[in-house]
Amino acid sequence: MAAGTSAWQLIITGDPTLYAIVFLSLKVSLTAVLIAGLFGLPLGALIAFTSFPGRGALVVLINAFMGLPPVVVGLCVYLALSRSGPLGAMGLLFTPTAMIIAQAILITPIIAALARQTIEDLWSEYRNEMLAMGVSRLRCLTALLYDARVSLFTALLAGFGRAAAEVGAVMIVGGNIEGFTRTMTTAIALETSKGDMAMAMGLGLMLIAIVIAINASTWILSSITKSRMG
Amino acid sequence: MMKTLVACALSALMLTTAAAQERFITVASTTSTQDSGLFSHLLPLFKAKTGIEVKVIAQGTGQALDTGRRGDADVLFVHAKPQEEEFVAQGFGIERFDVMYNDFVLIGPASDPAGIKGGKDIAAALTKIQSQGAAFVSRGDKSGTHAAELALWKEAGVDLAAKRGPWYREIGQGMGAALNTAKAMEAYVLADRGTWISFKNKEGLSVAIEGDRRLFNQYGVIMVNPAKHSWVKTEPGKAFMDYLLSAEGQSAIASYKIEGQQLFFPNAKR
Amino acid sequence: MAPIDNLPLVLSGVSYRVGDLTLLDEVSLTIKAGAPTAILGPNGAGKSSLLNIAMGLMQPTSGAISWGGRSDPAPLRRAMVFQSPVMLRRSVRGNILFALEQAGVARAERETRLQGLLARVGLVGLADRPARRLSGGERKRVALARALARDPDLLLLDEPTADLDPAATRALEEIIAGAAASGVKILMVSHDAAQVRRLAGEVHFLVKGRLYESAPTAKFFSDKASPLAQSFLRGDLITET
Repeated sequence: MAAGTSAWQLIITGDPTLYAIVFLSLKVSLTAVLIAGLFGLPLGALIAFTSFPGRGALVVLINAFMGLPPVVVGLCVYLALSRSGPLGAMGLLFTPTAMIIAQAILITPIIAALARQTIEDLWSEYRNEMLAMGVSRLRCLTALLYDARVSLFTALLAGFGRAAAEVGAVMIVGGNIEGFTRTMTTAIALETSKGDMAMAMGLGLMLIAIVIAINASTWILSSITKSRMG
Repeated sequence: MMKTLVACALSALMLTTAAAQERFITVASTTSTQDSGLFSHLLPLFKAKTGIEVKVIAQGTGQALDTGRRGDADVLFVHAKPQEEEFVAQGFGIERFDVMYNDFVLIGPASDPAGIKGGKDIAAALTKIQSQGAAFVSRGDKSGTHAAELALWKEAGVDLAAKRGPWYREIGQGMGAALNTAKAMEAYVLADRGTWISFKNKEGLSVAIEGDRRLFNQYGVIMVNPAKHSWVKTEPGKAFMDYLLSAEGQSAIASYKIEGQQLFFPNAKR
Repeated sequence: MAPIDNLPLVLSGVSYRVGDLTLLDEVSLTIKAGAPTAILGPNGAGKSSLLNIAMGLMQPTSGAISWGGRSDPAPLRRAMVFQSPVMLRRSVRGNILFALEQAGVARAERETRLQGLLARVGLVGLADRPARRLSGGERKRVALARALARDPDLLLLDEPTADLDPAATRALEEIIAGAAASGVKILMVSHDAAQVRRLAGEVHFLVKGRLYESAPTAKFFSDKASPLAQSFLRGDLITET
């Protein structure tokens, strides 16, 4: 792999700048997943489990928002966090926090939509048994969340994948500031624009390797759970 | 479980915000100053001297000026003098100083389809590109280079609005992306010399026109007006501007070289 | 004596209609303690609807239902095994422990009860297996254990051995007979006359939503039964009534 030589050298020699970029990418995307999960999972479960006027419209909206264009999210967050925007006083634009906010907004619909589908399917399966056992609604919900945990974890993973791969939103709200808001994806974009294809490709391969590693470990975890719980 | 998660998420947010409390300024600048590596050379020197961290947002000049208008940066470091002067005149910036210059070069494919290579007259070259219908990549992103390119078309007497056709390809992206595109499309492109020298994907491209005095490229620095945006960090911002304009900063700019070539030439007037 | 008593289960004039379709037509029944009661009839007779209504899972379109004089449908000490029981995505142990929790069994007692139930349905060796990976017969046993965890006085079984091989059928019938012998009133739905004959003490014959005959098993399976019942027992396809 001649094209990646320089990047591999950085990896092998433990280049602190490179590792800081990797660490920031993981920190931003994992925090975004955590926050999106805190909102998305209960939201999805609630929609799966209740009926109210406008529920169908909400389901369509959330499903549609799974495909939110990152640049649009980035632009909205930019305008909100800009000094001249409504939340400008917090001084969050061009910080990792801004990137976390943008990514969390981007992936909350993904997590909510997948969670809703998962829980709705499991509920239609469980419904009669639960009613026959006289299970309270709250206990139904916790049992569903627990029994669907492997699928829900996969939903979180889908969110993480999108967050980690995303470049448009973090570029706009983070500003790609070296050593502060430069993530793997914005670094790849920068190296490409500098014409350093080898470095860009090396970083790209590293990002893919990290995403594969995270998916592989969760796959192993879920296989273990599945072999125990069915 | 849920509480722990919430606490984790909040503390993670706090941490990232806390990091933002250090002494720093935000500088909106151009892709050329970043992509050429000038900032990577300059900023560590400045930080070692003053302890002030400079966070650079690399945008096109037009977008950088916009960032300044919104108050999202403290200092602007850009290269489109007429627009910069307008920015100051409108009251968004306090004062503008010349910092350094380099020049633009017209880059073209090795095959040189318009037959202009080696010339000195940029206006004649552009006229020929248009009349031959040779492919030309335009930044199209309101950057300083884009503004310079538009001014040069005017200089050449080519009315783009009328003559625009498939040969003229506006990509709306940064300098590096424009060079990558020109390479892939075998097209001509106007670039600043700094980005060109540091660009690593040159193969198949070469300088077609250079040395015309109309290819002069002046960089300036502006402090965003705190009267418009009270949070502008004037004191560390001024320290940064003073450094750039000082003998020390000027010689630091002059000392930045790639493969023996100087990329920027200091010309501060004080 | 347990505080809640589901018996007698009384259905008076129960009808169940979906649109123009009448699934149950003015069914009146009284189910008392004693030997198992079977609802027998061909497919499409409305047997499952009747069972769901008897469980309180569906409301009759008209008519009334009461359990030991109560009309509140809360399934206290009442349990049901569906024709295709759904296993929770847990181990056999997890499935039964969940049922014990829902039956209000104190946490400290659950493990003891669990071991008793596993022994009762013959699943001791399979406690840690994922319930969804079990065979059809084993899943029915898990469902029976979950039902028995509720310490029911009324146990409803929907086609308890449909789709099972003879060995699995025999094992399950033994568990059912054992439960009946321990005082649980069993109300089962079946289209298998031979099984009804083996297990039930009384038979209600249901065709196209209407109750045609109610009789002790011995009488139902003799020549004293109605011509329609005799026709069904001979194996005729009943299309007109």
